[in-house]
Amino acid sequence: MPSIGSRAAADLKRAARDPVLLAVILLVTGSLLIFVVYPLVSVGAASLDTGGGKLGLKVYADVAKSAYIRKAFWNSLMMSSLTALIGSLLGFIFAFAVARAKVPFSKFFNMIAIIPIVSPPFIGALAIIMLFGNNGLITWNLLRIQNFPVYGFNGLLLAQVVTFFPVSYLTLKGVLESMNPILEDAALDLGGTRWKVFMRVTLPLAFPGIASSILLLFVETLADFGNPLILAGSKFPILSVQAYLEIVGMYDLPKGAAISILLLVPSLIAFYLQRWLVSRRKYTTVTGKPQQSTTQIVSPGARVALFAVCAFVALIVALIYFSIIVGAFAKVWGFDHRPTLDHFKFVFGVGFKAVRDTLVIAGTATPFAGLLGMVIAYLVVRVRFPGRRFVESVSMLSFAVPGTVIGIGYILAFNHKPFALTGTLAILLLNFIFRYIPVGIESGKAILSSIDPSIEEAAINLGADARKTFSRVTLPMILPAFFSGLVFAFVRGMTAVSAAIFLVSSRWNLMTVHIMAQVESGNLGAAAAYSLILVLIVAVAISLIRIVLKVQYRKFGGSMLHF
Amino acid sequence: MSVKLLNITKEFIDLEREGGKLIAVKDFNLEIEEGEFVTLLGPSGCGKTTTLRMIAGFETPSAGDIFIGDKNVSADPPNKRDTSMVFQSYAIFPHMSVEQNVGFGLELRGKPKAEIAMEVRRIMDAMGIGELARRRPDQLSGGQQQRVALARAIVNRPSVLLFDEPLSNLDAKLREQMRVEIRRIQQTYKITSVYVTHDQAEAMTVSDRIVVMNRGRIMQVGTPFEIYSRPENQFVADFIGRVNLLPVTVEKLSDQGCEAVDAQGQRLEAASAASGIAVGRKAFLMVRPESLSVEKDVGANEAGTGNASGAAKGHSAISSIGATEAPHAIERMLFARGVIEKSVYLGSTVEYEINASLDRPVLAVSHDPVDVGFWRPGDSVALRYNPRAAHLFLR
Ligand SMILES: Nc1ncnc2c1ncn2[C@@H]1O[C@H](COP(=O)(O)OP(=O)(O)O)[C@@H](O)[C@H]1O
Ligand SMILES: [Mg+2]
Repeated sequence: MPSIGSRAAADLKRAARDPVLLAVILLVTGSLLIFVVYPLVSVGAASLDTGGGKLGLKVYADVAKSAYIRKAFWNSLMMSSLTALIGSLLGFIFAFAVARAKVPFSKFFNMIAIIPIVSPPFIGALAIIMLFGNNGLITWNLLRIQNFPVYGFNGLLLAQVVTFFPVSYLTLKGVLESMNPILEDAALDLGGTRWKVFMRVTLPLAFPGIASSILLLFVETLADFGNPLILAGSKFPILSVQAYLEIVGMYDLPKGAAISILLLVPSLIAFYLQRWLVSRRKYTTVTGKPQQSTTQIVSPGARVALFAVCAFVALIVALIYFSIIVGAFAKVWGFDHRPTLDHFKFVFGVGFKAVRDTLVIAGTATPFAGLLGMVIAYLVVRVRFPGRRFVESVSMLSFAVPGTVIGIGYILAFNHKPFALTGTLAILLLNFIFRYIPVGIESGKAILSSIDPSIEEAAINLGADARKTFSRVTLPMILPAFFSGLVFAFVRGMTAVSAAIFLVSSRWNLMTVHIMAQVESGNLGAAAAYSLILVLIVAVAISLIRIVLKVQYRKFGGSMLHF
Repeated sequence: MSVKLLNITKEFIDLEREGGKLIAVKDFNLEIEEGEFVTLLGPSGCGKTTTLRMIAGFETPSAGDIFIGDKNVSADPPNKRDTSMVFQSYAIFPHMSVEQNVGFGLELRGKPKAEIAMEVRRIMDAMGIGELARRRPDQLSGGQQQRVALARAIVNRPSVLLFDEPLSNLDAKLREQMRVEIRRIQQTYKITSVYVTHDQAEAMTVSDRIVVMNRGRIMQVGTPFEIYSRPENQFVADFIGRVNLLPVTVEKLSDQGCEAVDAQGQRLEAASAASGIAVGRKAFLMVRPESLSVEKDVGANEAGTGNASGAAKGHSAISSIGATEAPHAIERMLFARGVIEKSVYLGSTVEYEINASLDRPVLAVSHDPVDVGFWRPGDSVALRYNPRAAHLFLR
């Protein structure tokens, strides 16, 4: 049996036969090291810096002594757990109602659940301030309550559930749709009532998916920055915001770094637990493809209940977007609701630089992130080279690492030579590119591993080199993955806050950061107008990407390009 | 228990055409006796599964009524009907062990644990899967899954067992083994069974009666013998095995059989006739390939009624090893004359395609070729048949 070393050498030799491929492998591995691993190492190093270049746990001891930060830690864990549980419950109800119970208005509910995903993640917080804040439409204008306790636990929980339940919805919809309905038929046939069938068959089969959704939501909520910055308030500290305040407010880099490590650890644990759960894939159907079944698996009463829950959630989501739209056109929200275009004049005047900057940054980072995602997926699935597992796990890391941690890592890593990038366009671009590749990689990997490699081998056999094979054969085949990779990168680029807020400067600023600033200074109208423009840009861009890919690869048709 | 389907019709919304309707089953009438094994046989899409799912309660008929025993169950949901189904994909619950799967129905019925364990054990031993009790479904082979699905259906002692193409996911050898097994189990427990398949050999093996379906309608109901040898129409004759059809006009009907003439005015006899056959009607005379004997064409001037012994002498023209005259001369009739177009030697049989100037080549199978010898392409032959093996149905 050959040793690991000699096998690696053989792999390397094989890879070296195609110099382009070898160059790509080196480039990808090297840049992942610099732009993903190095910043994280910098955070770790900074948190261990006890001053004077000595390493130690002094900073952690200080952090542990601070009752306020301890509180923030527990608040964050509690908030993330609650959001994960409630969000997954709502996500499951939504998914079950749409995918299995086929309640009326399923298409509408599906849309309602998709909208928050393509919106800036703090839009819920913004709308909640507009509805329930000091000058809130509901609390003040309707109910005449002053100082309604919207800041802190209640408001934040509501905002995060609304923001993140769609993630759970999409995950669980996939799970429920791939479940073989014949299994429920069989249980019904054996004499189970619908309720028993649900409890004994549907729910246990969906359980790995539900657990996975809970963990995913936990990770996302823990990393969330926009909602807590707006809504948490000083009495309900949240870790991600505390890390930011330590660095931007107190200039205490080591302490900020230590707090972000506190944030990172539970994230990583939950993330790898989720990965492990998904990789077990225990309950795939043993034989046969999912078949269609017309059996009505929910009772009329349950259908009504499901519909009621969906309608209620839809109402809240609709209310959020309604208040954003109205707010964008109202003179002074809460006091003077006469229509005006003032806020848009502001956005397209003084504030337009941020719009332009955001478009440049997201627009430039998107194709790079999309392509890089496909290249990595291809390398990981199709090419054998030493370090393959490393590339695979590191490129997925940004799913698990909270943006706050990455942002702090970037300012620590790239403010001195050889990478003095602070305040430049490059630091934002690099951050976006390496942060927003995972969706493309995941879907690319899924498609590639289902395609017989002999198709590519045939191309190589006909004389195509690695680059030609990739661009002419592989890329067209994984087009749907490329599409979702591009859409994800663009949406996330447009709506990014948590890492980006550390990296913006007066030269390069972002709409999201501007919106946060407007909210903080109480200028809700401008914030709403900005948000509206942002959502519109994202919607237009998704359609554009779809059209461009359709024209480019006409024969693959539009049916594959579903979002 | 007996099962009765009365005037069942099932319409689906057509997914292809806007506002269109798709009639999956039309005017379906069938009575199944207690303990009987009935097979629904027909090409893919003819409505077999839909019919079965209506009996199980997964689909509601658009019109008509279903009785199980004396009870009209048309409005009952599947869990209120005493039926158990074996699904094409087995539908084994992947999150339960084999014994949990088998015992699930009893558990849903609220049987005490000890009794469930005993029943499960007994049925699994009877099915030869006793040692699989603790396995997970993904550790089972196709055949084992099939047995688990069967055990799970039978352990409830249902009034009616339903099978939807249960063997289609198995390889050929296992399929043959399992269909014998299914028949044996059904006979042991005497459970009324409805079985769906598109495989005619499978249908012939397991069934008491076969229902041949086409485009949602019943084409014929009968025993395997009736379906094969006494088809009611061309669809059934063609669907069940290979067949030779000669267009004829009916001339005479009697207790002994029927007489007819073909286009050349040649007289032919058949022992049986389908419903609707009357003097003067246009019909097909059917003879299965294995009932045709290929004999030397002694001359075009030969009379319609062949001399049996003469023909028997002539048919071993090429090789006459061991050829003997038939001990009891049966009266064989001329079906057609023609020239051998193709001959395929299969060891135990030889299959011939003969050009007899009909719409399609005549097929003939002769057994034991070493004994009777075989023909080569180009040979002129006469095809003879025993009227007992011939059957008439309307064109
Ligand atoms: N749920 C359904 N919706 C619409 N059409 C259906 C549905 N189920 C079956 N059909 C149609 O009904 C016809 C009969 O189907 P089926 O009973 O499955 O046939 P078989 O089992 O004999 O192959 C087919 O044309 C099929 O497309
Ligand atoms: Mg079928």
